[in-house]
Parts: sequence; C-alpha cells; structure tokens
Amino acid sequence: MKTFRIGGIHPAENKLSATSPIKVAELPKIAVFPLAQHIGAPAKAIVQKGDKVKVGQMIAEANGFVSAHIFSSVSGTVLKIDNAIDASGYGKPAIYITVEGDEWLESIDRTPQLITIKDKPELTDKDIVEKVKNAGIVGMGGACFPCHVKLSPPPGTKPEWVIINAAECEPYLTADHRLMLEHADEILVGVTLLMKAVNVNKGYVAIEKNKADAIKIMQEKASAYDNIEIVTLKTKYPQGGEKQLIDAVVSRQVPAPPALPVSVGAIIQNVGTAYAVYEAVMKNKPLIERIVTVTGKSLKSPSNFLTRLGTPMSQLIDACGGLPEDTGKIIGGGPMMGKALLSTEIPICKGSSGVLIMNEKEASRTEPQNCIRCGKCVDACPMGLEPYLLSDCSELKLWERLEKEDVTSCIECGSCQYTCPAYRPLLDYIRLGKTTVMGIIRSRNTK
Amino acid sequence: MNKLKLSLSPHIHGGDSVRKNMFGVCIALIPALICSFIYFGLGAIAVTSVSVASCVFFEWAINKYMLKNPKSTVTDGSAILTGLLLAFNMPSNLPLWIVVIGALFAIGVVKMTFGGLGCNLFNPALAARAFLLISFPVQMTDWPVIGQDFTTIDGVSGATPLAIMKTAIKTKNADILSDLPDAWNLLIGNTSKSLFNDGPIGGGCLGEVCALAILIGLVYMLVKKIISWHIPVTILLSVFVFTGALHLIDPMYADPVSHILSGGLMLGAVFMATDYVTSPMTKKGQIIYGIAIGLLTVVIRTWGAYPEGMSFAILIMNAFTPLINNYCKPKRFGEVVK
Repeated sequence: MKTFRIGGIHPAENKLSATSPIKVAELPKIAVFPLAQHIGAPAKAIVQKGDKVKVGQMIAEANGFVSAHIFSSVSGTVLKIDNAIDASGYGKPAIYITVEGDEWLESIDRTPQLITIKDKPELTDKDIVEKVKNAGIVGMGGACFPCHVKLSPPPGTKPEWVIINAAECEPYLTADHRLMLEHADEILVGVTLLMKAVNVNKGYVAIEKNKADAIKIMQEKASAYDNIEIVTLKTKYPQGGEKQLIDAVVSRQVPAPPALPVSVGAIIQNVGTAYAVYEAVMKNKPLIERIVTVTGKSLKSPSNFLTRLGTPMSQLIDACGGLPEDTGKIIGGGPMMGKALLSTEIPICKGSSGVLIMNEKEASRTEPQNCIRCGKCVDACPMGLEPYLLSDCSELKLWERLEKEDVTSCIECGSCQYTCPAYRPLLDYIRLGKTTVMGIIRSRNTK
Repeated sequence: MNKLKLSLSPHIHGGDSVRKNMFGVCIALIPALICSFIYFGLGAIAVTSVSVASCVFFEWAINKYMLKNPKSTVTDGSAILTGLLLAFNMPSNLPLWIVVIGALFAIGVVKMTFGGLGCNLFNPALAARAFLLISFPVQMTDWPVIGQDFTTIDGVSGATPLAIMKTAIKTKNADILSDLPDAWNLLIGNTSKSLFNDGPIGGGCLGEVCALAILIGLVYMLVKKIISWHIPVTILLSVFVFTGALHLIDPMYADPVSHILSGGLMLGAVFMATDYVTSPMTKKGQIIYGIAIGLLTVVIRTWGAYPEGMSFAILIMNAFTPLINNYCKPKRFGEVVK
C-alpha cells in the first residue's frame, strides 16, 4: 500500500464522529468575519456599519493577488468593524453582522441537482480560475492558501497531476470523511474542474485506509471518470502534508523550500476545496459555509456540522451537549497541528476543520527529562531532519548552525515531540529556531 | 474560563517514556538473569542484588546530597538497568566490595559527573567493567566453573572458550581449538565441559554465558520497538565476516560461530552497544558503529592482550559516537527528486 517514504507516526485515530452524519448548524445571532483568514494580505472591508447584507454578498475584497475575498454567510445588518480574537490568539479586524432572517442572493443556485462539466461545455480554464477567485476559496485543509494562486502555476512549471488530499491524517477530525460519504458526486465534479483549470488529464483522490467506506463510495462513483483514480494510502501521519502526499501518491519528492509542489508537477487541493470549487463554479455559491468536526472524548455527542462561516464555536459546542466541566484545552483543528484557543467565542473561519475539546488530564503536558539520545525523533521526522539537534541548537541560539541543519524544511507536524520518550518540547524550540532563521534569511535577502 | 491551557501543538503524546524503555530493557534481561542464577547459583544472586542496590543508592545519594536535585532521577529506571548490566559483566564469585566500587564508578564517575542520564559519553556499566578489569585483574578474570557453588570460591577456575582461542593463536596450534564446546553448548551456555567430559572449562561473566537467553531478550526488544535491529545485527554480521575470513586464511583462528557465541559478544551486541545514550542517532551511523565494533572486537580478540575485546571495542566506539552523529545525517526529504 502506498505511503510516504521517510519517517511518520501512527497516533491513536480517535475518529469519534466518523459515523455521525453532517448536521446543519443553526444560524448564529451575530456572525463575525475576521479579515485575515487566509495566507497573504488581509482582505479590505467594503461594507460599513449599518449596511444591509444578504447571504453570499461580498463584504471584503482581496487585497492583492495572494489574498481572498470574504462573503457574508448570513443576512442582516453590519453591526461594527472591530477587533476580534481569532484562532491565533490576537485581536484582528473583523466584520460583525447581526443576523436577521436568512435571505440569499438570487444568483446562487440552491437546488441539490448535480451539474457536471458536460452540462457546461463552454467553461474554459480561465473561467474556472476566475470563478474560484471570485468565490473567495482558500485551501480548506487548514493552511488557507488562496486557491486561485495554486491554480495559476508560475511560468516555467508544468502541472501533470491534480492530487486531492483526502488523507485526513489528523486524529479526531472527520469533516473530509463525512463530506466524501455524503457528497462524492460533487467532489468528483470539483476534481474535474480543478483538472481543467490547470489543464491536466490525470487526477488522484488520496484517501487513508482507515476510511474504508469513503474509499468504496468514491471508487464506485469515480468509475464513471476514466481519468480520476482513487488511491488508498496506508494510515500514517503526516500523510496529509502536501510534500508527504505527493511522495505517497506519485513517488516524487519536492525539493527543500522555496521549491513549490508544482516543481515536481503536482497540484494539491484538499477534498473540501474540491467541493467548494464545485459549488462556486456550478452553483455560483461563494465560500460561506464548511464542514466542521466538533469532537472530544468528554463531549456528549461528537458531531460534524455544516456551519456558516462566522458562527462562534461555542454555539457548535452547545449543539454537541455543551462544554464539559473538566475541559482543560480547546483546540482549533486537530490534536497534532491545531492551535489551543483562548475561548470558545472564536468564529469558524474558512480553514476551521475542527474543534477539539480536551479534558484536564489530556491537556496537561508531562514534565520533560534529559534527552536520552534514543534517536526516535530522527526516525519519526517525515522531512529527514534531526529534531533533537535542531531543538538543542535553538535552545543555545545557534542560528547559523540551525540554518545549515535545514531547520526551514521543518513542516511543524509534531511527530518528533509526539514520539519523544523524554517528553521534550522539541517542536516548541524548533519553531522558535525556524521563525528566527526565516527572519534572518528575509533580512539578508532584502539587503 | 481562565483555566484553559494554552500550548503549542502537538497536543497529544504517544505515551512512550524513558521509564518504559528502561524497564523494557530490564524485562529483556530477565531470561539471561534467570540463566545466570541457574548456572552460577547464589553467587550470581548476590552480585546482582548488590550491584543493583548500590547503583540505585549512589544515584539517589548523589541526587540528594551532591546535586541537591529536588526531583530525583532514580525513578526513571536507568540506575536499575546499569546495576543489572554491571552485574552481567562480572564473575559470580567477585568479592562484593569490588561490586560496590564498580557501581560507584559507573554511577558516580561515568554517569552523574557528566550530568546524569543522557549526558554520559560512555556506557556506565561497561566503563566500570573496564575500570575494574584494570584495577582488579585477578578477581575479574577468575571465573568459577559453571555449576560451582558460591561457597567454593577457591574452587577450580577454568579457561573460557576465548582463552582457548587465544592460546591456539599464541601457540599457533589449531588442535587446541578442539577443546572448544560445540555451538549448541555455547548457545545454551554450557561452556563447562567438566560436567560431562574431562577437564574443567570455565564459564564467564554472569550475563554472557547463555547466548540463547540474550537472543530471547533481543527478540523482545525488537518486538517492543525498544531498539532497532541495526546495531546488534551489524555487529554480529561483521564479527562473523571478519573471523570467518581469518578462519579461512588459517584454521588456528577459531571459526566464526564459536566467536559469535562465546564471551561477551552477544551480551555486548544486544544490550551494551545498543545503549541509547552512547550509540549514534541515525540508522546510517548505527551501521557504521556496529561494523566498527565488530572489527575492533575481532582485532582485540585476535591480536590484543586481552582474550575479550567486546567491552573495549564498544567503549572506543562510544567515544566516536559524537563524531559519527556529526557526519551521518539522515537523508533529507527532497534530496532525491524521484
């Protein structure tokens, strides 16, 4: 069975919500839209306090090429434009909208009818990229890189394949899994659109083996397409990492940064992105909602929700039976790469794949001990780095050595720290070192 | 809501711990321990208990009275492991005060002076063995014959298989090698022909006698993923290849199977060379380390002053480990496009 070649771990999967069908979350009372919810420049607000907006109406526009539009997911009145604490823990400008009713723009096709690429033969590659851009779609796996940028490969590169990332290798998260079970047809049309957008005629949907039911459905539906292949991957973290996924599916390794995946011919998109592209191109629906997994061992009923963007997480947690008494940590995303959150009032953004509630016992870290030099972190690192060394160099502020040891290649997957028998905070130090070295490189390049 | 914990990812841990690994190795040592009790009786039990107790005591005392460490490191199990391994490297009739000195050297000098577990350059048990071997050469090489009782310390002490090999080389007489026990007896640790045949042939250190018991421990550690195969297998292979080559050149050099099954080679390859702290971090480094240990062992066994070269070979390569770590990098992702 296919998988990536270097390192990797297999954490307990804990896919508690895998059998729970997608539920439609209730509308929030006030929806909050941070202007910076993608990689790149924050969007510029184009509404003012008191403006009336409808569902699907643009409220902030992209500020430059690497940026993305933001659309209102609710209808109502703009309450204010003010700072809101987002998943990063910082207060950043956001648009607050008081929800009144649920009035959609008429241009959006809300019927469930499937439209395939055969129904719209006039679509060109440029049309698709333009529509994706105009729908504000970003990578839905969590990285939030504007989708249209990925669909515009730099000159001199030649995409050969579109690889759909449906590995969902993070423990607990089941949003992509449920999406494939319930919207396989739409996803596959989305894949054909992505393939058309970058002019390739081979598409892969890569799914980890632990989602056998999704693999079965996708394979059945994909048999109608002769150029889409469903690839079953061994369950191994961090397979959903872009570079690991390319290695697993087509056995090519993207060179060290700043090389892009397209340099080996691969365009990677998340399965949620493929669905969003379908809705944007075929249904004229901008990115206003997404699937969010709300899960945790002490939560009453872990669930998957189709959630309007801007909904506060607390509302979803309440719908799962409320925040448990013994909550010790709330994580936006999965347990391996997610961010610990300050409160439950943080809005769902384009990249919010999950909310994970941990109890006090799960949330506490064990006291670190001396490194016993067992080398397990070296074996676990999917980038072929030496985490123990990077962590030590970072602790000693040896920035030059860190750069020489390729710290910038670290993808911050956390496999080293997960494995460490001495409970050393390896990734904490490596992150510090990586950020510092990247800063040094940037200032050197601008000189 | 101010009781929420904030920390960076990852938020989960695999549950592996230093203690689990250390006690895992201790469990892997049990078959060899039982064998040593069977073969050497009370003496083995006495040496082992004194060694473990004094290692633990010294680590505790140094933590408490010299380092004034509020969190003692005794509970991580590494002192128990050092005590067991140290005992495995001693003859069963060793005076117990020497055992205590060995434990003090292992824990006090080799381990704690450098900063405790993880910081030591040399394997504590092996360094202590080398120290004792130089300081008390008579007592350390006065092996009792297997089956002898603790009470008969003045009993017959015999030549080990390695001593026979050495004599064969010195006298350039391959016939002497016929005194070697056969492979099966070496494997199960019945190096003493005296029980069945004429002439006493001595045992060896506590833990090194029964190769089979050590192999069982190896399988356990591999299954439990405490160690990987790289170090033990490369050591055994390289010893096999080098001694095999010598044996082919001149039959006065003993055959490779006898070499692998006798002396401390199996114990060293499986339990001493694989010590996390003092062995290389990368697989590539571990293979180089293993081959070098094998080569050095054969060199010392064949041309050195001591009949056994395993412990010195490992100690020499311990010193090279930082250098190996520096030059043997894992293959970075993307180094091979395609």
